[in-house]
Amino acid sequence: MLRYIIRRLLIAIPVVLLVILATFVLVHAMPGGPFDAVGMKAMPEHIKIVLERRYGLDKPLYEQFARYVFNILKGDFGPMFRQPSQTVRDIIEQTFPISIQLGLTAIVVGFVLGIPIGIIAALNHNSLIDYVVTFTAVLFRSIPPIVMAPLLIYIFAVQLDWFPVAFWGAHPPFFLGFIPKLNGEFISHAFLPVFAMGTGMAAGIARLTRAGLLDVLSSDYIRTARAKGLRERTVIVVHALKNSLIPVVTVLGPLIAGLITGSFVIELMFAINGMGRRFVTSIGQREYFLQTSLVLLYGMILIGANLLVDVMYAWVDPRIRYD
Amino acid sequence: MSPEKQLEKLVNDENPEKYGQGRSPMQDAYREFRRNIIAVAGVIFIIGILLAATFAPFLSPYGFAQQNTLNNRAKPFTGYDITEEYAEENCHWYNTPLEWGCTTFIAGSDALGRDLWSRMVYGTRVSLAVAFVASGVSVIIGLTYGTIAGFAGGRTDNIMMRIVDFLYAVPTLPIIIMMTVYFKALARRGVTTGFMGTLIFLNKSTGGLLFVFVAIGALNWLGMARQARGQVLSYKEKEFVEAARAIGAKDGHIITKHLIPNIIGPLLIIESMAIPGYIYTEAVLSLISLGVDPPTPSWGAMINEGYSTLRSNPHLVMFPGVALTLTTLAFNFMGDGLRDAFDARLRGRKL
Repeated sequence: MLRYIIRRLLIAIPVVLLVILATFVLVHAMPGGPFDAVGMKAMPEHIKIVLERRYGLDKPLYEQFARYVFNILKGDFGPMFRQPSQTVRDIIEQTFPISIQLGLTAIVVGFVLGIPIGIIAALNHNSLIDYVVTFTAVLFRSIPPIVMAPLLIYIFAVQLDWFPVAFWGAHPPFFLGFIPKLNGEFISHAFLPVFAMGTGMAAGIARLTRAGLLDVLSSDYIRTARAKGLRERTVIVVHALKNSLIPVVTVLGPLIAGLITGSFVIELMFAINGMGRRFVTSIGQREYFLQTSLVLLYGMILIGANLLVDVMYAWVDPRIRYD
Repeated sequence: MSPEKQLEKLVNDENPEKYGQGRSPMQDAYREFRRNIIAVAGVIFIIGILLAATFAPFLSPYGFAQQNTLNNRAKPFTGYDITEEYAEENCHWYNTPLEWGCTTFIAGSDALGRDLWSRMVYGTRVSLAVAFVASGVSVIIGLTYGTIAGFAGGRTDNIMMRIVDFLYAVPTLPIIIMMTVYFKALARRGVTTGFMGTLIFLNKSTGGLLFVFVAIGALNWLGMARQARGQVLSYKEKEFVEAARAIGAKDGHIITKHLIPNIIGPLLIIESMAIPGYIYTEAVLSLISLGVDPPTPSWGAMINEGYSTLRSNPHLVMFPGVALTLTTLAFNFMGDGLRDAFDARLRGRKL
């Protein structure tokens, strides 16, 4: 297993390099540059030349790229052109933990809600509970976060005034770090965004759990377990549950990839100072280093997630071996 | 006579005209699907919005880009500050008579005084185009790629699938976003020559949809390629393929006449379940102003425009939001129904 993980990580290196290269070339190919204008006026040509030399933008592209990659290895992600007081690394340190908090809490909510609901539906197959759960799951799966977010904000933040409208992590010392303090302020800020992101996920997971469990419950070894007189709870928890989670683990990869998309929407709508929002707001600017570094981070998250899924896959289904 | 034969004879004797005929799997699936009321409702809704998209000019009282800044942000069923002359000039036969002779905006109007209902009706065109064209793009690319890989087998297959694995690890969405930004920046600069010029012209004439199609197709063909390859692998060793080969059929003939007709059905069902995702992706792209170009109405773009005034004018977000949700729901119902109807067949094919 360890060898497999190491091999996967080694394969990931060229992927990451290619991702950086593609983004780097794409960003630099865009018409215009970071120093085209000061305010509303065009930048005087001689100042532009000095500034570009200052940031090394006058060098050939391959040299810039080599220096960028080399600097990343030293932990330097490059400068910000528009906010000279901050570096890209500062921005990442501010935004990355918030995005991770949001994404992970949403996944946890998705599983904590989804799996039990799916189990309950499967155990009451073809009963009223089952129909209600199935229908609600399709309904919640069909409300995209882009609709869920404004709806929740309007009902619970604007009309009922139960939760703050926005500004999770707006004040810097406030929720920094990967592990949030679970105080009332955090929960009230996190509730709506996490709910908006997590319900669709919970619905999907519930549906898969239900289907998986139904599939397993009709298999022979469950009949054997029942025949030898095990208690129903033992049959479900010990024998059926783990195998029924195989399809759930399969979708975990796409789920995490979907979180990246989701974070754009949710962070924009709830004005959360996270990576997705930062990426989207930097689109129109020519912040070469910020954009490349954020895409790099997304790539690393994706690779890590896929690896995690494969490892978990081997854990739930011991028939799978990677060696 | 075996008991099975006897039973068959008994059954067939009841309807003599059906003697000797069984039901094809297709008919079975159709019967199964028809019994699923929710799925049928989904299909009916989709047909409804297809009709709405086709006859959009007749269903919308105003043009989707027709502005009247006197009437910006009107609440649903109102149109304040309207003079009688204006009403006479602009009201149409389908407006219910009210105070000024007509209710102006069924669903209210947006910040530029454009009729929200008309924009929503025209917005069906964007969502449906995305649903069908983008999934078509992804099926065509994925099917071609996967079929070639699966049919060629061996080393070619290995290399082609390693490429797919490689692309799976790439954060496609951020890169697609960067590419769209690049295209849009070129378009703004007014590039008209060469390949880029043609692309930009095509994009402009589709209201910005071309890049959306490309983006969604590029995002989603990978899964389709894997599925198609798997299906081809399981079919190419079957007897009928062997028989075709034995009578001297060429590879191209076997692929187009024997393999693809067999694998296309299940693949289309899988694809139909991905359609809600496509509609959502378009909405997200439009939300961050990378989707359709204004003033082309898209539900995502409308949510984006209305979102800044959510507190005072929730209808600007809620109407397109409800439309988006209902459409997604209908496609989900249809996809689930199709899967259930074909489930037995799908399971036999090890998906």
